Amino acid sequence: MATLIVNGVSHEIEADPAQPLLWALRETLKLNGTKFGCGIAQCGACTVHVEGQPVRACQTPLGAVDGLEVTTIEGLADADGQMHALQQAWIDHQVPQCGYCQSGQLMSAAALLAETPAPSDADIDRAMQGNICRCGMYGRIKSAIKQAALQMPQPSPEPAMQETGDIDAEETTNG
Amino acid sequence: MGKWTRRGFITAGVLTTGALVVGVGIRPGHRAPKLAGMVTSEDETLINAWVKIDTDNVITAIAPHSEMGQGAQTAITQMLADEMDADWEKIAFMEAPATEEFANYALAREYAAGNLTLPRFMEGTVDGVFMAMTKRMELQITGGSTSVRFTGQRGMRIAGAAAREMLIKAAAKDWDVPATQIRSEDAYLYHDASERKARYADFAAAAADYMPPAQPKLKSSADFKIIGKSKQRLDIPSKVDGSAVFGIDIDLPGMKYAAVKAAPVIGSKITSIDARGVSTMPGVVKIIKDDYFVAIVADGYWQASQALGQLDVRYENSPAKDLNQDAIFENFRQSMSAAVSEGKEKKDIAYGDARKALDSAAQVFEAEYSVPFLAHACMEPMNATVRIEGESAEIWTGTQNPLSIRNAVAETLGFKKDNVTLHNQFMGGGFGRRSSTDYPVMAAKIAAQCDFPIKMIWSREETTQQDWYRPASISRFKIGLDEAGQPVSWDQQYIDKLDPPEASHPIYNLSDVFVHYVESDHHIRFGPWRSVDHTQHGFYIESLVDELAHAAGQDGYTYRRALLADKPRHLAVLDATAKAANWGRTLPDGHGLGISIVESFGTICAQCVEVDMSNGEPKVTHVYSVADPGFVVNPDGFAAQIESGVIYGLTAALHGEITIEEGRVMQSNFHDYPIMRMADAPEIHVETINSGARLGGGGEPGTPPTAPALTNAIFNATGQRIRNLPVMTGLTSSV
Repeated sequence: MATLIVNGVSHEIEADPAQPLLWALRETLKLNGTKFGCGIAQCGACTVHVEGQPVRACQTPLGAVDGLEVTTIEGLADADGQMHALQQAWIDHQVPQCGYCQSGQLMSAAALLAETPAPSDADIDRAMQGNICRCGMYGRIKSAIKQAALQMPQPSPEPAMQETGDIDAEETTNG
Repeated sequence: MGKWTRRGFITAGVLTTGALVVGVGIRPGHRAPKLAGMVTSEDETLINAWVKIDTDNVITAIAPHSEMGQGAQTAITQMLADEMDADWEKIAFMEAPATEEFANYALAREYAAGNLTLPRFMEGTVDGVFMAMTKRMELQITGGSTSVRFTGQRGMRIAGAAAREMLIKAAAKDWDVPATQIRSEDAYLYHDASERKARYADFAAAAADYMPPAQPKLKSSADFKIIGKSKQRLDIPSKVDGSAVFGIDIDLPGMKYAAVKAAPVIGSKITSIDARGVSTMPGVVKIIKDDYFVAIVADGYWQASQALGQLDVRYENSPAKDLNQDAIFENFRQSMSAAVSEGKEKKDIAYGDARKALDSAAQVFEAEYSVPFLAHACMEPMNATVRIEGESAEIWTGTQNPLSIRNAVAETLGFKKDNVTLHNQFMGGGFGRRSSTDYPVMAAKIAAQCDFPIKMIWSREETTQQDWYRPASISRFKIGLDEAGQPVSWDQQYIDKLDPPEASHPIYNLSDVFVHYVESDHHIRFGPWRSVDHTQHGFYIESLVDELAHAAGQDGYTYRRALLADKPRHLAVLDATAKAANWGRTLPDGHGLGISIVESFGTICAQCVEVDMSNGEPKVTHVYSVADPGFVVNPDGFAAQIESGVIYGLTAALHGEITIEEGRVMQSNFHDYPIMRMADAPEIHVETINSGARLGGGGEPGTPPTAPALTNAIFNATGQRIRNLPVMTGLTSSV
């Protein structure tokens, strides 16, 4: 039994703690916006936030996120349904083609802007390096992130980031 | 457009809901793409476009084209909307169902609403012409960059124009004014003199009483309001909030999940399995052994895949097991040499007398190039969801080829075709991979052994190792040159002629040409891969021409210009590309600039690639691409396709390589089949030329010029000629 807090809603999940978060989101909670791409944290299609940090849900065991806040693409808009600045920028720049990787791209980008509201090109490259877009829309993704960055609130005192231990380590090696 | 009536038919009717439906059936007069296993008839294909005007004045474009990100649904809807003077804010697209009878009025009726009141004039048509045409259509493929060129140009525009004319006629009668005094705008009809105004929907029912015009008047490009504009794609909003439904997202009540594994030597049989300890693993519901694959069905996909990993599977000892990469290429070379020495070349195209001209040439230039097998690497792994009830089956999947899938599943299950329904979904990448029927057929076989619906998902490894591959191939050139280095004889030999037939035909002005091929003999199955044969021949021909240019002491741009002197469209594209790249400028140290031009799917596309070799490895900094597709329906959407084609081409050129050892594909996932990532992606500059020529495609033409422009740039930077792809392998092995 694991407690998942997904997009602000708490769920008790009856599953093997070794089962990746991805399948609990998709199959148990029916949140299908998070995609399965590779299963080994190589493509980024399954990127979600755990306590605000981007992680690959396909390599994150349920046991590691017990009681933690998970945000998926379905929770990227605010509570009133107002799109995140990135989502509007994605539309303005006509970013998606097949669209399959875009939930993951958006979640990686959102995590970047939360931490670095005015990212340099190198910051963007680094943050997005774990996300493959097979349709090759990298130029548009980068432009859209820059547009959204212009609308981000200026940096205020950082909220304390919670350490998420193993997940972060996995993220940096595989991403 | 003048000839379309000889090939096309317009029909119309009104639904009981009051909606007007206008349809166009077209035999495009274009040879069906002869892609292996996808064509069941040599007859011409039939494309259909329908428009529905509902009582709420919403206009819906209906066509059998699926969406894999190419934006075709939006582009062909624009073509309809413009001819109809529709309101772009109140227009929708609906994908036509997978059934050969979609060409058929009666079925369209059933599909669009049911209980259609059939206008009398239609009766003969339904039983006559349309039925006859229906029988010819066994193909409903999204591929070959056809959506805009055929469905849009010959279907949607005509359907829209016909619907508009019929609505105007109906209004003219009701208002008792000449039709010529009625104008249309944003789905409204106006008679300005009497200040009357009505919605299209108000005359939808009345319009159906009119015979559709035999030849509706189409707009000239000067009058376009929606065609040629960068309208936002209709599918994009759902792709930024996670709500877009791909095949893998289907969820049915009571559904279980299947993980599968086929023999690593593609096409080999499974002899036995040892399921000890597996059937009792958590969640496992069923273990299925087919001749060609095993499947574990479980309560969840992760449980199924965990159990599959524990299953001991034995495979037959197929002869293909002894085949490896070197042997495949060695066999290619031997059969090529043998064909020439024994005079058994298969003729592709010949004019003049290349062999005779070679004898009198001042010099002979010979070169051999090779390309490897490639996987498609769609982001969405192969998957299909199937529910079987009695003698009926439903399939949910994303496919470029819905009709073939429906037929293949019906055949596999022994069901009537009419009892098999395909629900096509968004595709997480297609690129040709999703034109094969293997994955839904496999899911149907699994579902046939279960009394609940199943969702089958392939792992990334299975998706990589059970693909239908861009063929590996070799090409040899023997070119006779005059004293000035101009080609006087052109002899090209290559492996396997697949599709499209013109891919190997040189665009250059040549007098004596002999292009010939031999057929391969190996078990690695062929799949159409973004631009199909153009990917190989683009690299071969455009590398060769670059070599000839340098041998003649000229640069690649000038040399090509001379060979294209009688082709103004090609010249315009080439010149614009050179201008965009500022050809001839002084480049930074270690940089090189390369050029290429390929015509594919009716579009001429030239590219300049700028590469930085200062670190020893290629870093592509800029790609300048100019394309002439005749006319661009959606400029931003077209640009996106070219950008995508460039990155797809660069990924393949730099890294793409599927290798075969002991009959198996050695690559498995993105760590050993790498895809270009953001930090390595170049800046891409895209221009288009509206020459007014017949419409060309958009999805594929951006890919073929990229690899040779890159290797020509590397040569320009380093003097090193890459004749074998991928570059990263060629750089270390071809020195």
